[in-house]
Amino acid sequence: MKQRMKERGDLTGPMYNKRTESLPSTLPNALMFGNGQINHEENPNYLVYKKMEMIVERMQDEATGVPVRTVKSFMSKVPSVFTDDHYLTVKCDNTYYRFQTPCFWPSRCGEPENTDYAVYLCKRTMQNKQRLELADYEAENLARLQKMFSRKWEFIFMQAEAQAKVDKKRDKLERKVLDSQERAFWDVHRPVIDLLKKKLEKRRVKISKVTESYVAYYEQYAEYDAFCTPADPTNPWITDSTEFWDQDKTMSARDIPLRRVKRWAFSVEELLKDPAGKDQFSKFLDKEFSGENLKFWLACQELRGVKLSELHERVHEIYSEFLAPGAHNPVNIDARIAELVRKRVDDNPNRYCFSEAQDHIFKLMKSDSYSRYIRSDMYKDFLSGTRKKVRLLLPSIASNFTFKHT
Amino acid sequence: MATEVLKVETQDSIEALQREAEELKKRLEEEKAKLKDVEMCKAAGKLDIITNFSMKQRRHLKGHQGKVLCMDWSTDKRHIVSSSQDGKMLVWDAFTTNKEHAVTMPTTWVMACAYGPSGTKVACGGLDNKCTIYPLSFEETDISSKKKAVATHTSYLSCCSFTSSDNQILTGSGDSTCALWDVESGQLIQSFHGHAGDVMSIDLSPSETGNLFVSGGCDKTAMVWDMRFGECVQVFEGHESDINNVRFYPSGDAFATGSDDATCRLFDLRADREANCYKMERRLLFGGYNDHTVNVWDVLKGNRVTKLYAHENRVSCLGISPDGTALCTGSWDNTLKVWA
Repeated sequence: MKQRMKERGDLTGPMYNKRTESLPSTLPNALMFGNGQINHEENPNYLVYKKMEMIVERMQDEATGVPVRTVKSFMSKVPSVFTDDHYLTVKCDNTYYRFQTPCFWPSRCGEPENTDYAVYLCKRTMQNKQRLELADYEAENLARLQKMFSRKWEFIFMQAEAQAKVDKKRDKLERKVLDSQERAFWDVHRPVIDLLKKKLEKRRVKISKVTESYVAYYEQYAEYDAFCTPADPTNPWITDSTEFWDQDKTMSARDIPLRRVKRWAFSVEELLKDPAGKDQFSKFLDKEFSGENLKFWLACQELRGVKLSELHERVHEIYSEFLAPGAHNPVNIDARIAELVRKRVDDNPNRYCFSEAQDHIFKLMKSDSYSRYIRSDMYKDFLSGTRKKVRLLLPSIASNFTFKHT
Repeated sequence: MATEVLKVETQDSIEALQREAEELKKRLEEEKAKLKDVEMCKAAGKLDIITNFSMKQRRHLKGHQGKVLCMDWSTDKRHIVSSSQDGKMLVWDAFTTNKEHAVTMPTTWVMACAYGPSGTKVACGGLDNKCTIYPLSFEETDISSKKKAVATHTSYLSCCSFTSSDNQILTGSGDSTCALWDVESGQLIQSFHGHAGDVMSIDLSPSETGNLFVSGGCDKTAMVWDMRFGECVQVFEGHESDINNVRFYPSGDAFATGSDDATCRLFDLRADREANCYKMERRLLFGGYNDHTVNVWDVLKGNRVTKLYAHENRVSCLGISPDGTALCTGSWDNTLKVWA
């Protein structure tokens, strides 16, 4: 059974009329008449006001009042409602109406706060009932709010929990009324439309483009896929030889198979996934005097998975090593990000507080250092397996010096 | 006297708003429909059909005394942890088929188990609503003496997975939430609310830089979450029944789902919609079915490559080894098999 209840707003007929008298210019309806003379009878809402007056008058009637009943229907009860007996403007189709409790009148609370909304949504998730389930847009709102209030979330959660607890103690019918009143209130204040508009603006990619990228991805990786291309040298599960795994593990430059080194050129992520690749790239960066970038990025990666008990300490260590004024391994980030990060480290150090800085440095490495590394002789030599003995270069210079001296 | 009763919003304005909302919803659908400019299998037409695909059973792991419910590979590419309805969790060296550890849980139906990235910890849980972590060592005769209960849900634990480190575990539960926990202290780091039904499966994005994971559940939807903020970033609908499993495509741009509606589907994060439906590997998707078989699908072309007559009962779980050299299947016939 679907209950349709209109429970919006406040503003009675008489009250409204009073306002139109005192503030005529604020009402668009009134402006139509231009000369300041307000003709109530020609106001398009006149009929509405008239009906409101009627219902208020009936409410004040000491003998009858407006009968607010609890309607029984099939298995359930619809508590505290009245039907439109020809005196309200809303449709006369036996729809049930209910009065809003004063604390939900828009006139009483103005623009409600997001924290209240968060508590309300959070509470709804705790009530494990079909009819109270969050609609899509509400779930999205909840997620957004949780992000916005990440620091305060515990507080919001506790408050919602406390409210839910109080609600549970209430009489069942009373609770039902309150639930729907609250819901109507938020339906008015947080309508679905804004969210739909936002969704429309999101950028999406066409299936043809997506498929193209899958095909490219597959073609690039086919030779690494043991189900598509037989593993080189052999699949351990088929031949019982662990040589394939040994080759995958080895860190000694001589034994690293070509397939691993080739993969480093696919993307900077692939390069960093391979311990030997990471090692090589780090050496390359050191030569370029930008080794701190990789160190910082790796420290941030590690921070994401660090134990809660060591979290604060690590955040401060990373900050003082790479970002603080006078840091001995300073990374180069712009002032805006630096300020943002500094604030976070001071106020609320968490495992993602370097996010922007980390992304910035990663992009820098990816667009700049990585492409140079892949084009460098260092990589090419490693790839062709004829790695020049870089280390020998230095001793030979040194020996030249000794020659000169002697 | 308080005489405020009702602000009667003119019928027009309510209807206008409803109309506008409907209009927007329709446009959203249209926008999404426009994206499906071609059928994926047609767009992938230039690829050759996979022929002579052969895969044989290479190992047979016997030891469970109840239906195998879950399995996970170790990063060392040869160890496997598996859990079973009889309340046991076994750690195997699948390569030699030796059992290395056995743990008896205080509950039956151990529905979730996971290997830590360092290979020194395993986690499991089920009807006990908890996730318990066991450090693996050969020094103790019984590793359960060092066990540690980490996560507590208000309903059964359906899935769990370590993140990039041994220090955090992500869990999904029948209480329709997912949660991220600190292993050492057992403290909740972040919870993820949004599913309207039991969460059945989670998978972390394979991308190093990503903070995403995907979850699927009995509300027929799959959700993509940002682990940092507990925020649901994308919602995917389309399945007609419970989603039992979700798994990321190795590039991290898409994920595949398996559902009770007897289909597997591929959802693309960039297109924000379903990309293909199959009545993974990079090219291959393996689906375990209750007719005792494993169907191997071509992700791009959408056709079935082959069918493995795998087990003597329903195939309950499967996983590709980290280096893609083997497939492991677990079944209600109490055994696991490794294929290559």
